[in-house]
Amino acid sequence: MSARAYAVGGPILTRPFKVLLALFGLGGVLILFRFATGLGRITAMNDGYPWGLWIAFDVVTGTALACGGYSVALLVYVMNKGKYHPLVRPAVLTSALGYTLAGFGVALDIGRWWNIWRVPLFFWRWNLDSVLLEVALCITSYMFVLWIELSPAFLERAEQQTGVPWLARFAARTRPIVEKALLWIIALGILLPTMHQSSLGALMLIAGPRLHPLWNTGWLPLLFLMSCIAMGYAAVVFESTLSRLAFGRAPDLKVRPTSDTVPSTSDRAMLASLSQAMVPLGTGYVLLRLIDLAGRGQLPALFAFDFYSVMALLELALFMLAIGLLLRDSDRQKPGTLFKAAMLFMLAGSLYRFDTYLVAFQPGAHWSYFPSVTEILVTVGLIAGEILAYILIVKLFPILTLEKRDVAYHH
Amino acid sequence: MVSRRDFVRICTMAGAAVGLSAAAVSQIVEAAAKGLKPSVVWLHFQECTGCTESLLRTSHPGIADVILDLVSLDYHETLFAAAGHQAEAALQDTIKANAGKFICVVEGAIPTKDGGIYCQIGGRTAVDILNDVGSKAGAIIAIGSCASWGGIPSADPNPTGATGVPMILKGKPVVTLPGCPSNPYNFLGVALQYATLGTLPKLDDLGRPLFAYGRTIHEHCPRRAHFDAGRFAGKFGDEGHRLGYCLYKLGCKGPMTHANCSTLAFGEVVDCWPIGIGHPCVGCTEQAVAFRIPMHTTVPIDRPTPPDTYPPIHAPQGGISPVATAVAGVIGGAILGAGYVASRRIDEADRPSNADKG
Amino acid sequence: MAISRRTALRVALAGAAAAVAAPVKASAPIAAPADAVGLLYDTTKCIGCKACVSACRDANGLEPDTTWSEGRYHAPLDLSARAKTVIKLYDEGTQSSFMKAQCMHCLDPACANACMLGAFKKREFGIVTYDVDYCIGCRYCEVACPYGVPKFEWSKVAPKMVKCELCSHRLAQGRQPACTEVCPRQAVIFGKRTDLLREAHRRLAEQPAIYVQKVYGEHDGGGTQCLYISHVPFDKVGLPALGEESTPSLQRTIQHSIYKGFAAPVALYGLLGAVMLRNRRKEASA
Repeated sequence: MSARAYAVGGPILTRPFKVLLALFGLGGVLILFRFATGLGRITAMNDGYPWGLWIAFDVVTGTALACGGYSVALLVYVMNKGKYHPLVRPAVLTSALGYTLAGFGVALDIGRWWNIWRVPLFFWRWNLDSVLLEVALCITSYMFVLWIELSPAFLERAEQQTGVPWLARFAARTRPIVEKALLWIIALGILLPTMHQSSLGALMLIAGPRLHPLWNTGWLPLLFLMSCIAMGYAAVVFESTLSRLAFGRAPDLKVRPTSDTVPSTSDRAMLASLSQAMVPLGTGYVLLRLIDLAGRGQLPALFAFDFYSVMALLELALFMLAIGLLLRDSDRQKPGTLFKAAMLFMLAGSLYRFDTYLVAFQPGAHWSYFPSVTEILVTVGLIAGEILAYILIVKLFPILTLEKRDVAYHH
Repeated sequence: MVSRRDFVRICTMAGAAVGLSAAAVSQIVEAAAKGLKPSVVWLHFQECTGCTESLLRTSHPGIADVILDLVSLDYHETLFAAAGHQAEAALQDTIKANAGKFICVVEGAIPTKDGGIYCQIGGRTAVDILNDVGSKAGAIIAIGSCASWGGIPSADPNPTGATGVPMILKGKPVVTLPGCPSNPYNFLGVALQYATLGTLPKLDDLGRPLFAYGRTIHEHCPRRAHFDAGRFAGKFGDEGHRLGYCLYKLGCKGPMTHANCSTLAFGEVVDCWPIGIGHPCVGCTEQAVAFRIPMHTTVPIDRPTPPDTYPPIHAPQGGISPVATAVAGVIGGAILGAGYVASRRIDEADRPSNADKG
Repeated sequence: MAISRRTALRVALAGAAAAVAAPVKASAPIAAPADAVGLLYDTTKCIGCKACVSACRDANGLEPDTTWSEGRYHAPLDLSARAKTVIKLYDEGTQSSFMKAQCMHCLDPACANACMLGAFKKREFGIVTYDVDYCIGCRYCEVACPYGVPKFEWSKVAPKMVKCELCSHRLAQGRQPACTEVCPRQAVIFGKRTDLLREAHRRLAEQPAIYVQKVYGEHDGGGTQCLYISHVPFDKVGLPALGEESTPSLQRTIQHSIYKGFAAPVALYGLLGAVMLRNRRKEASA
């Protein structure tokens, strides 16, 4: 069985696609409202909580969940585990889409969005003390890097478009250039997320006394970095398993579990061994958090069982639960268990970020915030859009690596 | 005849009303004593004569006497004994004799529709009379809202095309003293200043003297403390009304009305003005308010200032919408549920084929 | 013997970890500029007349904040996009005090530290002013400020950040800030920070039984240019207990120690490139 990337093909406008399109459309309408009427109407953010769902989730958590490309690149290109190579393209696609969503989320959230081009261009105005500047520049460059990393997939398909000769020629000429430079681009694709994912942790340190002690530590950058790499692997497992479930069957077959939806042994083994990476990262995270809390005398606060303590304990519990599911090889061989563990890791890391940005941030007991319905719907719409883009690209371009027998079912 | 003491007192009051210094007041007294009385030509058009009456109602001492001692009232239809051709002749003689020096006081609006036929005196339309007399006057004072901008005759639908003096005598400096009626001391102050110093007081862009019309009633109302403390009369006759609370909720136009009724008594009787007797100000000086906005309709505050209350050190703000929480809960639950179902389906798919598929 | 790639990766990650980790001690406090000006607010003198609130709104051309008063009053509940200063009341039965809140014009402002393009920056006389052309409305300054001062125009389509700028437009004309000019009891006064500190300490020494023996803002949060003396504990009037270190200093120290001279990122990039080249060569020869 030879494995290489193929476009999945099949009909685009399936029922799930239409549902997602509707959600995306709704989000789009609300986004237009946001630009027409200002942030106050569409969101529930206020002067006590100037950052809300869109920053905490769309940007901070969204980019962490989009760390699949980063995590897999570390494995494949630095640790030279070539067997995971089939996972690279889908992971990079998810990352590219996730970071693009985050970039759009930023443009949506800032009040004077028309000034955003000044940030990368006006270098003489750069405030080098600002962590946010570093995050902004890194995320923007990383987004470009990801699409460039992904470009061979598009160029491959373009090369085959003999009907459009100039395109095919252009692609044929460009692809080798990109592939030669790919090593240095990938190195950038590892450096940049290392920088900004840790800085996303450092970002909230500026709140100083307004950040709850259970989260307020100088170790935030490292904690964010470790958790995001783990979340990257989790996202890869999540996305691989779901892709297999969604696309690993002929389009005209009814939806039912058949032997064709089972990952082949090589796939199953690949994901199983990949998921091992989450264990040391997760364990390191939990240990570091506990040691840090103990060192700062915050263990009593951790077990105070007030709202903050419960959230922090929940984070740790989710991480430990996830780690527990991955400790035994027999568990890792079960795709269902792997999927559950991946979801738990993603949940745990997301909760950690939510907590750092929204729960731990304490402007004073007289302020309260919860995202409004329209705020939530915009986020849902953006995520729907990301999934739509994923489905489209995966069906049209050679991203997923399918076994040859699967390809026989598709055109 | 008034005593010198009363005379000086009245000059002082009139001078103080216009903001003249003590030195200027003594100038007024001196000039009057010398008999240098400026000629005043008083024109009446579409008016109720209320402004004249208001001037005449002052009685401590009789202002009528003082007016006759301080100014030479050379033409006044209400007070004249003469009538008909005699009166007309007197008018023409006066304006010729005192051309460029006399004060032309106008009371009442001027109709402009259909050639201005709705007010004619001696066969001439008000517009013609005004243009004739006004062109020769040294100073023009429009007393009352009618002369200032049209007043009651100009209320919708304004069938006669009534309008004020500045709209007819465009380009000439016209002192307007709106009010219904206008406060007589405002008029006295302006007239005396012109008569003795030859100058007119500082005017705003509508020609209103700033000393009288520079502030809104709201800014110097005796009931302002009640407004700031949030104490209002809700209905005529209710507890708040009887306790003399702020009349804003009953439609007081004070916040939009420039005038000095609250600080300068009418007819020398304190509280002899709407708010003083418990009725909201109706904005009689303002063209945009009087006879346009219903009396008991509340108006916006032009320049709000802080109230008499204080926010706490930490005022509760923001909020948590229960609907949003529910929506978030549903979405969260759906994601977790879907994840669980998906993992079960993956497990199920795994079960029948434990054999190697590779 | 060549370094195994595993070792190389471990070294790289450890280096990165060490670099991002270390909760280091913050740097030395930042001194006040020589010409620093500011305010001194004395709670014992304030009568709560709110002339300063009106004057400030007027001088800054702000719309009245009538949200909570049915359009009748300029009655801000707190600093807002339409209120650069506000008078609050602390009342606990036996103890009460008025409190004037506005920007503290910190010596090491968290907002200026946060701002990517220096829209908020400490400029002339140490006043933290706002350059709207370089603001993207990200509100990181609002997250950063320990006093919760900068406010955002949530209801506007083209929103700005709003906070007291010590009437720098009036200072340029040789006038005082509007609030200090109208205060009928000189409860808030304007002057050079050094003079204000001296005056504050003089008052504390003169009436030790009345005043809390501390000038808030002398060292708090690294020091501020708007100083407070009070007859009630400072936390009761909403002034947080901040310690002597400025709030952005920890983040700044961590960030600078990682990125000093951009050496670490460049080194990491080089290391990654080297490792990946080696791997590729290994694949080619295998």
